[in-house]
Amino acid sequence: MALLDIRQRAGILFLVVTLGHIILISAQVSSRRGVPVLEAVTFGVFAEVQRGVSSLASAASGFWSGYVVLRDVRAENELLREELANVRIELQRQRALADRSRGLGQLLALRTHIDLDTSAAEIIASGATPDFRTFTIDKGTNDGIDVDMAVIAPDGVVGRVVVPSARAAKVQLLIDRNAAAGVLVTRSRAQGVVVGGGDDRLHLRYVSEAADVAVGDQLVTSGIDGIYHKGFAIGEVTAVDRSGRVYKDITVRPAVDFSRVEAVLVVRTPPPARGVEEEGGL
Amino acid sequence: MTAAWVVLATAVALALQTTMARFGVGGTVTVDFVLVVVVYASLTSGPVTGLLTGTFAGLVQDSLSSGVIGVGGLAKTIVGFGVGVIGTRFIVARPLPRFVVFFGATAVHAVVFIGLHELFRAREFGIPYAAEAGKALGNAIIGVVALQLAELLPGAMERRRLAKPRLRR
Repeated sequence: MALLDIRQRAGILFLVVTLGHIILISAQVSSRRGVPVLEAVTFGVFAEVQRGVSSLASAASGFWSGYVVLRDVRAENELLREELANVRIELQRQRALADRSRGLGQLLALRTHIDLDTSAAEIIASGATPDFRTFTIDKGTNDGIDVDMAVIAPDGVVGRVVVPSARAAKVQLLIDRNAAAGVLVTRSRAQGVVVGGGDDRLHLRYVSEAADVAVGDQLVTSGIDGIYHKGFAIGEVTAVDRSGRVYKDITVRPAVDFSRVEAVLVVRTPPPARGVEEEGGL
Repeated sequence: MTAAWVVLATAVALALQTTMARFGVGGTVTVDFVLVVVVYASLTSGPVTGLLTGTFAGLVQDSLSSGVIGVGGLAKTIVGFGVGVIGTRFIVARPLPRFVVFFGATAVHAVVFIGLHELFRAREFGIPYAAEAGKALGNAIIGVVALQLAELLPGAMERRRLAKPRLRR
């Protein structure tokens, strides 16, 4: 009966639910330290669901290409077409294999080159909402992955780990509107902070009026943010909006094409700044 | 519309979001499948179901995201309630009005969502107009197609069943 009454008073229910949300949001905003427990637990559970969905999709794809298509081909009894199809499939498979080998080769070269303790990981899913730019990788705390570890690709910085679970971790991409990294311009050594714009661009902020920044300048990490080691590629300056001596907006194209990233390296060695802090804390 | 339907639809939307959206990262046109489910439920079942679906789906989505938990829930609650009210007061039975409702709902969601985040984080990124417009377009197309299919499929199947020749004795 009470349920019936509340259903007839949609406005009251709306106000109650809205108030509940505001209380929930206020509680988090006033005491935001580290990762919320609810988020970590839910993500840990859902990562397993994502893993299952990914496996299911692979199995369905394998079933379709390995049985249904072949059965149809046999039913048509056209040997030449079957052979041609098989050759094409094999060609595509070889191409995919070659692409993947190339990507892994680049990753291995990077791993050898940077001389840091890293862990290679594959991307198994993207974020649950398009408003946040995140990936889920298949490595977690069991592999030594922790919060705020840098995630890189052969082309440059991908982002940082924000929520690790036992066997997976959520990575906040550099283009997320909440992401930021300390950078310096390789040509003029000017320093600043790049922040994500929520789309596929970055914005360079907190640049000194005296700094020299121009279109085409390459940006690398400065290593002062306690997350990224110095010298990793960030991107290229594509537009500089300046009025008088003040920089109004500096747009940066990321070095990494986030739509094509399949495998990454998680840097497990903390940068010198954070390493010193952690030692001091102990 | 039952609670089980809402939970199932939200789960399917989240699964679609996490498996298909990775191919759209960095692109201009994206789709928020969960928001589509909320607007669909609101249009077909009214404001109470709409706001409850929005609350549930938004909170689940928030808990899987990196932002403040409740912001997406509040945005989707407002959208669910508003669309539900519109659905009961106006005739939204043709594709064009439905397109407008889906498009507008996505725009309102973006304003509330980004507005609250800007408020709490005190950052000045501005609104990514192109990305949000692309998302509104994607949501509107998916939503209208889903509604049309849900209405047309049962009738088409019934007509096909009746059109089958009967056996003569």
